[in-house]
Amino acid sequence: MARTPANRRPRRLALGVLLALALLLVFAGTAFASAIVPESGGSPNADDISTLYKLILAVAVVIFIGVEGALFYSLFKFRARKGAVPAQIRGNTRLEVGWTVGAALILVILAVFTFAKLGDIRNPPNSGPEGLQLADGVLVAEGPAKRLPPNGKSLNICVNGQQYIWRYTYANDCANAPLSSPFSYQEMVVPVDTTVTLDINAQDVAHSWWIPKLGGKFDAVPGYTNHTWFKVPSKLAGTVFTGQCAELCGRNHANMTARVRAVTPAEYERWLDQRKADIKAADAAAQEERKKVEQTTP
Amino acid sequence: MAATTTEEVHAPVPQVVAHRVERPRTGWTSWVTTTDHKRIGIMYMVLTFVFFLLGGTEALLMRLQLSQADNTLLDPKTYNELFTMHGTTMIFLFVVPMMAGFANYFIPLMIGARDMAFPKLNALSFWLLLAGGIVFYGSVFFNPPECGWTCYPPLSSKSYLPNGGVDAWIFLVHLTGISSLLGAANFYVTIANMRAPGMGWGRLPLFVWTILTYAILLILALPVIAAAVTMLLTDRHFGTHFYDASNGGSPLLWQHLFWFFGHPEVYIMVLPGFGIISEVLPVFARKPIFGYKAVAAATVLIAFLGLLVWAHHMFATPSPTFVFVFFMLGSFLIAVPTGVKIFNWVATLWRGTIEFKTALLFCVGFIGTFLIGGITGVFLAVFPVDWQLTDTYFVVAHLHYVLMGGSVFGIFAGIYYWFPKITGRLLSEGLGKVSFWLMLVGFHVTFLIQHSLGLDGMPRRIYEYADVGHLELYNLISTVGSFILGLGVLVTVINVVRSVKRGVIAGPDPWKGNTLEWFTPSPPPVNNFDVIPRVRSVEPMKDIRRQIERQSAATDAPPAPVAESAVRA
Repeated sequence: MARTPANRRPRRLALGVLLALALLLVFAGTAFASAIVPESGGSPNADDISTLYKLILAVAVVIFIGVEGALFYSLFKFRARKGAVPAQIRGNTRLEVGWTVGAALILVILAVFTFAKLGDIRNPPNSGPEGLQLADGVLVAEGPAKRLPPNGKSLNICVNGQQYIWRYTYANDCANAPLSSPFSYQEMVVPVDTTVTLDINAQDVAHSWWIPKLGGKFDAVPGYTNHTWFKVPSKLAGTVFTGQCAELCGRNHANMTARVRAVTPAEYERWLDQRKADIKAADAAAQEERKKVEQTTP
Repeated sequence: MAATTTEEVHAPVPQVVAHRVERPRTGWTSWVTTTDHKRIGIMYMVLTFVFFLLGGTEALLMRLQLSQADNTLLDPKTYNELFTMHGTTMIFLFVVPMMAGFANYFIPLMIGARDMAFPKLNALSFWLLLAGGIVFYGSVFFNPPECGWTCYPPLSSKSYLPNGGVDAWIFLVHLTGISSLLGAANFYVTIANMRAPGMGWGRLPLFVWTILTYAILLILALPVIAAAVTMLLTDRHFGTHFYDASNGGSPLLWQHLFWFFGHPEVYIMVLPGFGIISEVLPVFARKPIFGYKAVAAATVLIAFLGLLVWAHHMFATPSPTFVFVFFMLGSFLIAVPTGVKIFNWVATLWRGTIEFKTALLFCVGFIGTFLIGGITGVFLAVFPVDWQLTDTYFVVAHLHYVLMGGSVFGIFAGIYYWFPKITGRLLSEGLGKVSFWLMLVGFHVTFLIQHSLGLDGMPRRIYEYADVGHLELYNLISTVGSFILGLGVLVTVINVVRSVKRGVIAGPDPWKGNTLEWFTPSPPPVNNFDVIPRVRSVEPMKDIRRQIERQSAATDAPPAPVAESAVRA
């Protein structure tokens, strides 16, 4: 194809406009971040997902502008006019092979982005120096699905979905958790700067664990155990992260909310002791009550 | 019926060869007993459009409920029933059978056949579809299902949803499934065996290519969902435990089987839409489709890859990372042929002389909108990103960009393009354009903001939400958009109702079409073609018009009646 300077100029102009639009979108994007990127900030895996999302978004914006630009340009430029003759072109093998390979290359780039970030998203890091001091030794076996930090130490919590509430049991081996393990409903309390691993299951129908700022969703399916982790930075002590069940679980699916309250390790230990004491007291009270009932009924 | 064969096609000018002319039968019994593919097609289209309006009304009710935070307009049970009815209706009772309606009417016409291969089976397909619709909507008077169109167990098991709603849903899947399966076999046989002389695979109209692919996908995917819902039925009533984890079954088995059907179903819905676009664009750009072979090959490739990506709906489930990687890369691959199609469509417009008829506007709306759905699909294919996005309004937005911006805009393009052939009258262009702009604007106002809703943490299928962040504002915007969209659909309904009786007479070929349906009078006679022309290219009507021009110039003699009417238009 012969390229004269005359037909090169509009192309440059178009390219310039596209670039300007792309830049504008990037700046607008930072202004309205919450509207165009997933939530993050509570845990490194959520941050990494957000970064990965932004990389894809950047590629997507370029493709979007390019294709919509070409579409609108053709609609404007080639609308039927008096005397205009449509070019009877049936194809162009070189061009077609070109854009097929181009599309494939873009996807290779996206795959590379994904694999580059995948390890950081999947694998939990060690707890930080300001985190809870966890006992030595691996308490839970690492399975094909369950990842532990490199030093094998994490605070493990068993998350159990039930219509329509979440139950959290603080135990290392969820399948054989002792009955005396501390537990709570709806609000999970965790120490900051500590790697928290979750074993997620469900006891009735399928649910999905999701606290947006702490990472992605993990389905709670009866008969299966799902795994994820998070680690709240120490500067966020005192923050409450909210989320809710993300898999249709019945009529009150909308009301199955969850909270994660991040506190300092000292506060966490106080809270845990308090829970243990409360549960013990409640057990004792229940025992009293049972005794009374047994005595009154002959 | 005159069995004209290839003997006549060597005649220089097409001629009318009719041995006997029957008066067309009228009255409602003629519709109930018909085996004419055109009448069956009309019944398909009218019935499914009624379901579209029902499903749309359900959507508007949901949008009303969500327009305010903590709204109490609908109770949670009703809300769950509504989204179940909406999804099921739009998929099983609207998009898939609407495509079957177009295919019924136009496949024989486009390939130069006088009817479908099995006309009685064709009628059975339609009546089974109606039966499925009645069984499903009958549940409105009892207990509609409330498990979503995916009906995941254990929620859909007898312990959690004991009433008959789920059973009505299972019955619907079976009835519409058999209907589609019979239809698919019929389309396949018709396309494989009844093409006009000269119409090799390389001259098959692209819409026919997509229906062929649609038929194959249906044949591969439907038996799987049929088995899956049968197992659900026996779990519910006959004591089996296929999906019951506490008795050795697996809820994930359902998800695999469901999505093995469910993902090809997406392509079953959208590929015929692609086909309509590929027919309409060249006609109004007055240019051949760019890269016919690439577009046809992309259709088949999308279908093949579409069978291998089902678990990208299951990225949040407890499954090995290896599985996720496989399904992510598979989903990436689909983006390539899909992108190729979009590029080819844009290239078809390039250097054409584009006539902005309503049908073309819907095609362009389709390309521009579907592109966004395709791009957000890539986000969802990246499984770590999907962990944040899945089951949120981002997915709701994505699937509507693909199905509404894709299939439904394609269907509307088809309605505006083919209405003159079906009724003999043109739809009003003015009302059509009003409808298009209302639908386009309404659509984007409704669904663009839903991406942000999902990113802001709003899961799907919730009947209420607290007013955190911008949730209430975004939801209100979306609701306003949905009513603009609804109004746009209503304008087309009015347009159709008005034009059936009072539209401008269209003539056989109002758009100067490329394919053989425009060779017949509008509406076509019962036997479609007196003479089946020999096909010499992908655009047989262009050849026929050219031939007639040449011959009438050379001989000065008046051409044969059929040909003459084609020229007059």
